[in-house]
Amino acid sequence: MKRFLLPLGIFVLLVGFLAVGLKLDPREVPSPLVGKPAPAFNLPILQQPDKRFVPGDMRGKVWLLNVWASWCVSCRDEHPMLLALAKRGVMPILGLNYKDKNDEATAWLKQFGNPYELSVVDADGRIGIDYGVYGVPETYLIDAEGVIRYKQIGPITAAILEQKILPLAAALKK
Amino acid sequence: MKALILAFLVFFSVPGNADDNEQRIRQLEEKLRCLVCQNQSLADSNAELAGDLRRQVREQVAAGRSDEQIVAYLVQRYGDFVLYEPPFKATTALLWIGPFALLAAALLVLVAVLRRRKRAPEEPALAMDEKRLVERVLGPAPPPAGRDGSAQ
Repeated sequence: MKRFLLPLGIFVLLVGFLAVGLKLDPREVPSPLVGKPAPAFNLPILQQPDKRFVPGDMRGKVWLLNVWASWCVSCRDEHPMLLALAKRGVMPILGLNYKDKNDEATAWLKQFGNPYELSVVDADGRIGIDYGVYGVPETYLIDAEGVIRYKQIGPITAAILEQKILPLAAALKK
Repeated sequence: MKALILAFLVFFSVPGNADDNEQRIRQLEEKLRCLVCQNQSLADSNAELAGDLRRQVREQVAAGRSDEQIVAYLVQRYGDFVLYEPPFKATTALLWIGPFALLAAALLVLVAVLRRRKRAPEEPALAMDEKRLVERVLGPAPPPAGRDGSAQ
């Protein structure tokens, strides 16, 4: 009887590892940017192409940078969440319009509503690379000092918003 | 076909370091992982992001940056995940050492089992009265061969 204990133990250990492995999402790559200053950029604003925006303009505020595109299907899923959040006025939401066409992006905002204080245009995706974007939508929570505090890959869900983003933002505002 | 390709390469190759650069670019793209389709390298992937990143690699090689600088540029943005060969550090120690540790453990177990088997007292093949019985039926025992009776 005793000689079965070791194989059984190893088996249970393996099952444990596999069970944890099942729950992990391989698409969620931990971002090295969390805790680092948000990469600088200087980009034109979507609906005012003659004006430009730099992240430094948001210094002193806790804000969300949401990467979106009109061709991105899961952005549509996420959109009502952002609209509701914008309505609550908890924090400013800015958009990074990623590899999109300006007319399509503008039409998309007209159709689905615009939760963004403004959106900047990253037409060739270079700033996206600086932010380590690989799956739109992605969202960055940036603090008053301009440091990235949280990165969400994929759509923000109600659970993530309530349990992670909002508490963290409230703590950062203090 | 080979000759054709060779002729093509010779015809279009620019003398000097352009060829080296092409080779460097290819090597870099082979060891960098595409974030979108995660089991493909940048070189293999058709994802749009892979195209953008290949363009970055190409531009930076052209700008004279070293392989290390280009890899660091990508790691800074996407993490160690872009590397097919992650660096050795605290979080990856298990990854690098794990297989060798397992192998060592397996060897230890093997040695222990073999030793125990050697030490175990061998039971006499036949008790005295059984031997007598066999001799009575089969006749006297032949001269001893191998331990288990097989010829050597």
